[in-house]
Amino acid sequence: MRVLPPLLRRKPAVAVLMCVPLFALILGLVAYPFFHALFLATLNKAETAFVGLDNFSFLFGRQTFWMVVRQSLLFALVAVVFKALIGLAAAHAINTIPTKGQRKWRGMMLIPWVIPPALSTLGWWWLFEPTYSAINWGLTKLAVPAVPWLSDTFWARFSIILVNVWVGAPFFLIMYLAALKSIPGELYEAAEMDGAGPWQKFFYITLPMIRNIIAITTLFSIIVTLANFDIVRVLTQGGPLNTTHLFATYAFRVGIESGDIPLGAAVSLFMFPMLAILAFIILRNVRRRAASLA
Amino acid sequence: MGTKATASRRTFMKTAGATAVGALAAPYVKTAYSAGKLKLGLWDHWVPGANEALEQILTRWGEDNGVEVTIDFITSIGNKLLLTAQAESRAGSGHDIYSHAFAMVPLFKHRLVAVDDVVEDILSSQGPIAEISRFSAFLDGAWRGSPSPTGTLSYPTVARRDLFLEHAGIDLTELFPAGGTRDPAKIDGWDWEAFLQAAAGLHAAGRSFGAPLATTPDGSAWLAHLFASYGAAMVDEQGELVVNSDAVREVLEYLIRIAEFMPDSVYAWDDASNNRWLISGEGGAIFNPPSAWAVAKRDNPGVARHIWHFDVPRGPVGRFRAFTSFFWGIWDFSENQSAARDLLRYVAQPEVVTQMLRASQGFDLPMIRSHYNHSQVWAEAEPPAGVLYNYAMLGDERTVFAGYPAPPEIGARIATQQILPTLAALVTQGGETINDAIGWAENELEGVLRG
Repeated sequence: MRVLPPLLRRKPAVAVLMCVPLFALILGLVAYPFFHALFLATLNKAETAFVGLDNFSFLFGRQTFWMVVRQSLLFALVAVVFKALIGLAAAHAINTIPTKGQRKWRGMMLIPWVIPPALSTLGWWWLFEPTYSAINWGLTKLAVPAVPWLSDTFWARFSIILVNVWVGAPFFLIMYLAALKSIPGELYEAAEMDGAGPWQKFFYITLPMIRNIIAITTLFSIIVTLANFDIVRVLTQGGPLNTTHLFATYAFRVGIESGDIPLGAAVSLFMFPMLAILAFIILRNVRRRAASLA
Repeated sequence: MGTKATASRRTFMKTAGATAVGALAAPYVKTAYSAGKLKLGLWDHWVPGANEALEQILTRWGEDNGVEVTIDFITSIGNKLLLTAQAESRAGSGHDIYSHAFAMVPLFKHRLVAVDDVVEDILSSQGPIAEISRFSAFLDGAWRGSPSPTGTLSYPTVARRDLFLEHAGIDLTELFPAGGTRDPAKIDGWDWEAFLQAAAGLHAAGRSFGAPLATTPDGSAWLAHLFASYGAAMVDEQGELVVNSDAVREVLEYLIRIAEFMPDSVYAWDDASNNRWLISGEGGAIFNPPSAWAVAKRDNPGVARHIWHFDVPRGPVGRFRAFTSFFWGIWDFSENQSAARDLLRYVAQPEVVTQMLRASQGFDLPMIRSHYNHSQVWAEAEPPAGVLYNYAMLGDERTVFAGYPAPPEIGARIATQQILPTLAALVTQGGETINDAIGWAENELEGVLRG
């Protein structure tokens, strides 16, 4: 029988070794791109000279950039609120179904989330197509005026939020469903014996018990939603009038399509401090609640 | 195996087709090192069958020269051609030869090897190149791209002659005949005001004129010739900001008027939307190369037989037509630059260009003037007879592209950032005043001009 070298017989050493692939992935796919983006954001347009924070100060003087900031926040807030509400309602609805029949509903509800968003958004684009929208075809058959889904600012924003909610709500559903299943049934039985109604049970048992899951899910969703790219890229490419650009699509327009990589990097990094502060606050609250429960 | 060494040109070889065109065929210069592999990233042609014809030409050249040629056709829809170029230029790997539309050469000039020897050989044997093409690819004293056998195009007015006659009272075949002599007095009256009247008539008949007012290359193209014909520019030849001008105000006022007669969906159109608008039979006029006609010929012949291509309306300072030159460039990371140079020389030969003009059904335009002499494709295209006769510019039109006359690097960014369509949409859809819209454009252009 072969004997392991002394180093590998030590459990901490084995643990570190087994984590090496993960560290390599994080270094290669998270840390390196992040620091490279930081580096790029400090260069001039030709990437030949260090300019410090000039790219950021330049951005602060751009009308379009501030419009993108407002739009990104609006998009993320509205989409996350609707995803959370729909996810919660759907999770409750599925949770009331007998366990035996739940699987097929869970599977069906997850479909929008598991389809690659670029593909499913292409399907939505056909529904919203500026001139030959399938939805508008149906509306006109019903004598309802056609809707300018992608060519009017309000409706274009509505469309990208709608698709984002459609794609993202199942994530909330599955997280909330898991949380609901972890709530001990005795709590509800005791509340019923005390005469609590459905709303009282929801507000005084369900919500407090899943509050941490709500917080973490919301945090993840805000990060992912603010960084969204594919839906806007496929549906509107930021139009009309740049009124659907988000940080990622605007960074792409400025950096990749217009060849100003440093300014594009500065745009994409702008959301980092916002998300970092948000993550710090939410995770601190989660830790405090977890500690108080313990 | 390929080599980076630039060998002295050893032999001059006439291609097989050169015989057919006699003394006009330029000698095709082959180096000693044409061998190994070449990977080509080429623009995916709109016209059915054009890719296959090009692939055959290149494969045959590869077989004759012992070069293994592989081709990827990359669509320009969704800016994929530009995005792939950006990825390859940053990664320092990818294809050896890559298709570059006019704005891409200035953007990627730092990664494209100079091909002065190739282009000078071509021009010395075949004559001058269109000035606007030189403007796009002759940068800082060096050629960064060589003429592509496909993709170069212009944006004429494309309209339904039956609808123009019925609803605008204009006989397009008389105004812009397929052959014979044009009447200069009548053509002089074909200006943007006449176009506006025609658009109003078409709109009233439910067959509106449509052109993108969205951030898409076709949107920038038709606005480029409209702006130029009013003498309206964003940035001048010296790189100075000149968007705050009376000429720009005049164009924007015109756009407000003509947008009344365009469908609301133009604010979300992409490069295929105007094609669909005409092919479906719903639209009466667009500005586009002949791809809409070529596809209509296959998919909706009833529409195709009424389509006519002709000159762009005249503005106060002249008549301009948007023109997009396509070049093939060699990346500096190519490991077979010698064979790549040979291929660039070969595809600029008149017989190759002529074959591709035919395969593209006249969609492509040569940028070397003498190449027009070798093809009758625009005169022969049908139905209807003479549909493309005026696509090859015959009148007083001058060529222009979005961003012109700014220096190429600045013009390229004005084009890729799609500032013209957004400016137009701000006043026609966004409800901004003309002065506010110009203020927005100045703010955007500061980003384009920054060092």
